[in-house]
Amino acid sequence: MNIYRSHVLICGGTGCTSSKSDKLQKEFQNLIQKKDLDKEVKVVRTGCFGLCEAGPIVIVYPEGSFYSQIKLEDVEEIVEEHLLKGVVVKRLLYKGAISEEAIKSIYEVDFYKKQERIALKNCGVISPEDIYEYIAFDGYMGLAKALTEMSPEEVIKVVTESGLRGRGGAGFPTGLKWNFAAKATGNEKYVLCNADEGDPGAFMDRSILEGDPHSVIEAMSLAGYAIGSNQGYVYVRAEYPIAVQRLQIAINQAREKGLLGKNILGTGFDFDMEIRLGAGAFVCGEETALIASIEGERGMPRNKPPFPANKGLWQKPSLINNVETYANIPQIMLKGVDWFKSIGTEKSSGTKVFALGGKIENTGLVEIPMGTPLRKVIYDIGGGIPNGKEFKAVQTGGPSGGCITADHLDTPIDFDSLVALGSMMGSGGMIVMDEDNCMVDIARFFLDFTVEESCGKCNPCREGTQRMLEILERITEGKGEVEDIDKLERLAKTIKDTSLCGLGQTAPNPVLSTLKYFRHEYEAHVIDKTCPAGQCKALLDYFITDKCKGCTKCARVCPSSCITGKVKEIHSINNKLCIKCGACMEACPFDAIILK
Amino acid sequence: MDTVIIKINDERVEVPNDFTILQAAKKMGIDIPTLCYDERLESHAACRMCVVEVEGARNLQTSCSLKVADGMEIKTHSERVIQARKDILDLLWANHPNDCLTCEKSGECKLQEYCYKYDVKETTFEGKRKNYEIDDSSPFFYNNQNKCINCGKCVRVCSELQHTNAIGFSERGFNTHVSTPFEIGIDNSVCVSCGNCVSVCPVGALMPKSKEKFRLWETKKVRTTCSYCGVGCQMDLLVKDNKVVGVQPANGPSNNGLLCVKGKFGFNFINHPDRLNKPLIKKDGQFVESSWEEAYGLIVEKVNNIKSEKGSEVFAGFTSARCTNEENYLFQKLFRAGIGTNSVDHCARL
Ligand SMILES: Cc1cc2nc3c(=O)[nH]c(=O)nc-3n(C[C@H](O)[C@H](O)[C@H](O)COP(=O)(O)O)c2cc1C
Ligand code: SF4
Ligand code: SF4
Ligand code: SF4
Ligand code: SF4
Ligand code: SF4
Ligand code: SF4
Repeated sequence: MNIYRSHVLICGGTGCTSSKSDKLQKEFQNLIQKKDLDKEVKVVRTGCFGLCEAGPIVIVYPEGSFYSQIKLEDVEEIVEEHLLKGVVVKRLLYKGAISEEAIKSIYEVDFYKKQERIALKNCGVISPEDIYEYIAFDGYMGLAKALTEMSPEEVIKVVTESGLRGRGGAGFPTGLKWNFAAKATGNEKYVLCNADEGDPGAFMDRSILEGDPHSVIEAMSLAGYAIGSNQGYVYVRAEYPIAVQRLQIAINQAREKGLLGKNILGTGFDFDMEIRLGAGAFVCGEETALIASIEGERGMPRNKPPFPANKGLWQKPSLINNVETYANIPQIMLKGVDWFKSIGTEKSSGTKVFALGGKIENTGLVEIPMGTPLRKVIYDIGGGIPNGKEFKAVQTGGPSGGCITADHLDTPIDFDSLVALGSMMGSGGMIVMDEDNCMVDIARFFLDFTVEESCGKCNPCREGTQRMLEILERITEGKGEVEDIDKLERLAKTIKDTSLCGLGQTAPNPVLSTLKYFRHEYEAHVIDKTCPAGQCKALLDYFITDKCKGCTKCARVCPSSCITGKVKEIHSINNKLCIKCGACMEACPFDAIILK
Repeated sequence: MDTVIIKINDERVEVPNDFTILQAAKKMGIDIPTLCYDERLESHAACRMCVVEVEGARNLQTSCSLKVADGMEIKTHSERVIQARKDILDLLWANHPNDCLTCEKSGECKLQEYCYKYDVKETTFEGKRKNYEIDDSSPFFYNNQNKCINCGKCVRVCSELQHTNAIGFSERGFNTHVSTPFEIGIDNSVCVSCGNCVSVCPVGALMPKSKEKFRLWETKKVRTTCSYCGVGCQMDLLVKDNKVVGVQPANGPSNNGLLCVKGKFGFNFINHPDRLNKPLIKKDGQFVESSWEEAYGLIVEKVNNIKSEKGSEVFAGFTSARCTNEENYLFQKLFRAGIGTNSVDHCARL
């Protein structure tokens, strides 16, 4: 094997790939060859680095120089200066990587320094398409240890004691689930991986599959050994072509190396797995709908019980876990329960990956220990709110979750604290909102999503979410009535209480939590007919400011004759008569007319 | 069978441990409303009308699917449960044509019945309503999705019991509706017109194309055995003014509440003017109505004459699949023992 003096890591995550990081890779290889450096410098296309904001990202080791927003033209300079002469190209470094003229390596950049990477450990570090790189980072050691030194019961014991909880949404204790599946009677069992990631804005599972697919394969084999299953399925969103491709490559390589298939590592344990492409609906991420979809049925949830652990795929006992849940397991096997429990909180051990988005400086993926206060995530890692705006709330748990206000910014985030605040962890979406966001409009946005994604099977969700959406639409259009708020609450309660699956049971959460913390905004919409955040167009009024020169143009174009004023004096609008056509605003040559 | 002891509405009861809450309640004479439940089908748990409060459970639970467990405490008509049922009916009604006055299902419609029982007079919601074209391509029934409540019974009967899979759900969410693949219409699909979907529809969405105007409460149900074939399906004839106006399947040992196209829809011959009600005897080249006595007398006379002239072997008997097994048995007995020939056969043997 060649020893290289330098490694050039190019992000091959979806964000960077769509800004042409594949071309960067070719250019680097090209130039490196031209300069005869190909024996000394290795170019690696990795998974996502997380800071998508700064993409396309290139990291040069051993220095850990963090180059951001690299264009094709920049490659030559990096090769010439950095790789040949050893001089870091300051101009191209990520802005957070230089302070007081000192250059920081990627690990000292705030965004990364405050993170703790377990599930994303290898993302952006190894080439996902090379099994040897995974192995070089202790890959398949956990599996080897389990198969040679541990009984299935011992494996389950480790998972149970680690306190790992499902990262797919509900935070169900993983060890308990493995135990149920192991105890279930049946000669055939299945290990399923939920990679249908459908929460708007979430892309942690995608990044793991794209950046470190072997960690999921290893964990599923471990699960197979633990529960007594020889067959796994990974249900991946069809909209994730790169993830599917890299996972398939990884499966093929694992098979070639005897790490999947018959008689793994000569231990007599057989386990193989296949990919199933998602059917394109959010609800197919719900475990029973996912199972129906693999069976070739319509992706509609089934009532529980029976739970998949007893009657899952093809009515056989099945274990289903999320991608990120699995990605934690090889390291738990290797580094042990105590190590894992030392991270996070007592009831939520380990880390959680969040997808930071919305009104925040650093959008991207962050992995933080459970129990980290929101404030740290938003300000220290996320870099705070752009344009000097004020923080208003953060939505966690996507369309199933709720909003958390400034009053609760110091709450340590874990599964239970979020639920206590009326939100939930969900898959880890974190959307930051500032003073310009109207909370009624936010609730409407999420309801719009659930209405679109409801499978239509059960009455409360199919009919009820539509009615909630209609009420919210009315409110944001200024047609809401006071009773509408009570109606929303009544509907929300019944939908939560009676829906068949988690989609309906959580769909009203965004409305309930905005009603809890921002009821005054709802009331402003229905009683005062105003939108305090200035978002809901229908509720805004036209006003003439003192920029008015009294040219009378507006009064002449107004179709409802509601503008009065003498020539050369400030005009005014009678908002009772105004039909909000906007003609005056267009006509005013002095920009004196505003919407408020 | 092991039993468990549970409490329903504060009353203790011992039931088999594989019972659902719904079965246990039924045993106690407690009526829990259901729209999508059918004991012959896999539980679907979609209408959510059968929800009950189970001590310790966070959400209301569907009694059609949840099995009893020892010590379970259940409330079937608590305030919370009743409010949920009312809200569901309210929601269904918000998306339903207000058509009970002219709807043929009226009087036997479950939505109507429950709105009555739960005092849902009108909906409290306004907004989008479904608006589908009626599929009347089938000669036997129409599919009016505007009245469908998506209980899925039709789809499940067609796949789980009839095994034809002609219909399914199309689209999703608010737009979910029952149709044939690619909306090609019932008549162009693989549907065999058995009408079992029509028979299970709890509302007026799937309805037979009736030649008569009648109200269900004007009819009398007459239990009988289908006369078309030897399966012996049990059915109820709907009879109004001594005229058969419809057929509903009954649950007999051989048909499990199902019928085929003939039994379900082939009843118009019964009151057809061309139907022979009396035997005809040809007299002077003309068929003339006669009495059964006269006709049988004539047959016996002719049989006896021919038999004494030419012997028994000249006779052959051929009977119909539309007779019951018992009738066919008697027929061959008549030929073998009475007339004395073994030349006797039956159309279904071909
Ligand atoms: C509407 C809905 C969508 C869901 N989508 C996902 C998903 O995309 N990915 C996922 O892992 N879990 C999803 N879940 C949760 C799964 O049902 C299931 O709980 C999870 O896969 C279990 O894995 P875990 O225990 O490792 O979290 C969804 C649940 C619901 C109700
Ligand atoms: S709650 Fe919504 S998504 Fe879930 S089964 Fe009911 S209709 Fe389908
Ligand atoms: S918005 Fe239209 S109606 Fe209102 S004041 Fe201006 S011109 Fe007149
Ligand atoms: S289907 Fe039932 S509720 Fe609907 S109009 Fe007919 S009778 Fe009335
Ligand atoms: S008539 Fe019979 S075959 Fe046709 S759709 Fe209905 S149940 Fe299926
Ligand atoms: S057509 Fe009738 S049986 Fe079929 S889903 Fe609709 S209401 Fe139910
Ligand atoms: S309904 Fe059909 S199958 Fe049943 S007895 Fe009549 S003809 Fe035979």
